[in-house]
Amino acid sequence: MPTEPPDPDPLVGTHTVAFPGGYTRSTGPVIGRFLTELRDGRLVGVRAASGRVLFPPTEYDPHDGSPVTGEFCEVGPAGTVQAWCWVADPRPAHPFDRPFAWATVLLDGADTALLHALDTGADAGGEPPRSLRAGLRVRPRLLPAAERTGAITDIACLRPEVTEVRDTGRLDYTIRADAALARYLEAQTEGRILGSRARSGAVYVPPRDVDPADGTPVTGDVELPPTGTLTTFSVNHVPDPRAPQVPFVTGYVRLDGADVDLLALVSGVDPERVRPGMRLRAEWLPPEERSRTRPSIRWFVPEEQERGSGDGH
Amino acid sequence: MSRAAAVIGVGQTHHRSRRTDVSMPGLVREAALRALEDAGLGFADIDAVVLGKAPDLFEGVAMPDLFLADALGARGKPLLRVHTAGSVGGSTAIVAANHVRSGAFRRVLAVAWEKQSESNATWALTVGQPFSASLVVGAGGYFAPFIRAYIERAKAPEHVGWAVAAKDRRNALLNPYAHLRMPGITPEAVAASPMLWEPLRYLETCPSSDGACAMVLAAEQEARAAPGPPAWIRGAAVRSEPIAFAGRDAVDPRAGRDCAADVYAQAGVDDPRRGIDAAEVYVPFSWYEPMWLENLGFAGPGQGWRLTDEGATALDGDTPWNPSGGVLSTNPVGASGMIRFAEAAQQVRGRAGDHQVEGARTALGHAYGAGSQFFAMWIVGSERR
Repeated sequence: MPTEPPDPDPLVGTHTVAFPGGYTRSTGPVIGRFLTELRDGRLVGVRAASGRVLFPPTEYDPHDGSPVTGEFCEVGPAGTVQAWCWVADPRPAHPFDRPFAWATVLLDGADTALLHALDTGADAGGEPPRSLRAGLRVRPRLLPAAERTGAITDIACLRPEVTEVRDTGRLDYTIRADAALARYLEAQTEGRILGSRARSGAVYVPPRDVDPADGTPVTGDVELPPTGTLTTFSVNHVPDPRAPQVPFVTGYVRLDGADVDLLALVSGVDPERVRPGMRLRAEWLPPEERSRTRPSIRWFVPEEQERGSGDGH
Repeated sequence: MSRAAAVIGVGQTHHRSRRTDVSMPGLVREAALRALEDAGLGFADIDAVVLGKAPDLFEGVAMPDLFLADALGARGKPLLRVHTAGSVGGSTAIVAANHVRSGAFRRVLAVAWEKQSESNATWALTVGQPFSASLVVGAGGYFAPFIRAYIERAKAPEHVGWAVAAKDRRNALLNPYAHLRMPGITPEAVAASPMLWEPLRYLETCPSSDGACAMVLAAEQEARAAPGPPAWIRGAAVRSEPIAFAGRDAVDPRAGRDCAADVYAQAGVDDPRRGIDAAEVYVPFSWYEPMWLENLGFAGPGQGWRLTDEGATALDGDTPWNPSGGVLSTNPVGASGMIRFAEAAQQVRGRAGDHQVEGARTALGHAYGAGSQFFAMWIVGSERR
């Protein structure tokens, strides 16, 4: 059967049908009462013959078709989300130009649910927030009184109840390094490791001006070699901004001649091969990267590796 | 010699990752009201309030005592805040006990709490300072090297850590207030969980919890008039030491040993394994059970892991440790120490419910904090003696 090729230039045009000024809708007494109350800022449902409260009101009970009673009762304003649908990519006719949810909400005191837009906040994204779930407590945000006209859109949206506030308080300090620490960091920029000798004879590194064991002043600074023995260590599998690559090894290094351990990174060795008792040597930052504002030892590496690699730094 | 003091009311919250249903005042109030109800008292009956919590950075509240005075009915009363890092719940109980033992107050309310969900504990414990290159990530990162040192020293098999983690979580299933509920937990499941800080695996570490604990302590006359059985404080001690000094043993700290010796001497306990019927000991990482078994003298050097391995510390063992599920199951840091002290009291009051150690008459409450630097312990008994 022969087929015709598609018309390369079809005749296409837009066409709008709209009654000028919009259709007139008579509300009837029930819906009219609901919208009038809404314009005044009150949320009222209507009681059905069964005793149930319908909100928003209907004129006839959708359950059995019976006419509702003339009893209007205030509901809400708070309510509970029953079900929801996340709108990640709002369309032009939607009430928000950012992601939001359509939700059915049972207002307190009502027996039927309201379908309305649920605004989860300015930071809503492509994925629904974790707090959005059936059971979430919400309240309507009404338009300001002067802007209300007696339409369902007088309820601008529903919003979650306030359950937390953010405290962005901060404390800004000026920290002055103590004299012993300043000497320690200064010496490190020259590739030297300073410690201090307590009256008891114990050697502390970093140096201290008083012995933490008994509070007595130390006798003075001593210089320590960049070599020592690994006391104990941990292999960290939890990434940290300061050490983003895992696993990394933090170890306690007893420098030769010291009586306390120095906490340091251990590198240049497979974490599986790190052992207590291992001999280590400090590896320094290159001189141009050293600063008296932080330690200049990059990490410790096995002494054997230094001998074996022969790269001489 | 000091006067007698007893616990006559105990209350704690249901502990969860996030108690977003209550504010900080609401949280402490929940525990305080339960303790008062247990004691048959109201706020008006309380002479003084003692409050404890761990580092302020956890919630960013710098003076929680001022902030919580109204929630704790403290208007017009002495209110004191205690701060000894993770041991604070224990230290707070001891300050309250000493308030009574000194004769200064007849009925004292002690409250400890943490609402960890307000921030993040690992952040709060790892905030860097200028001029140093901090290499420690959280409490687990700090303690892991000392746990490794213990394992090497004691030649302990690695499954002991898994056994502690599984045992405490099984006990927690018997405690309606416990945070973690892990039915069917096994050492194998612990061993299969991710490695965080070698040798510590995920399930060998404590959770972060929101929760509070409170106790009412009373002098002898008031204790005898209380509606429930009192837990008599037979000994209470605190010790501290610097984080680093020449000769320090961070695996088996002297402050812990000295604190234990002091509290045993006060209570007349010669052999803790035989003289103590139930122990609630601060074990935030599995290996701290065998480590503290040795530090507290329940086992000789290098032998603690054997007690765990033999089941001696299980609920049906000869020296049950953490029948409540311990810190491994529930950890609102500031309250964790007080929960140990309160659970010890409940054991000797016969009020521990499904995790009651049959016939417990003497119990130990223990807490430690910071880099194993602060220790707080008490021994409570069903008899004043």
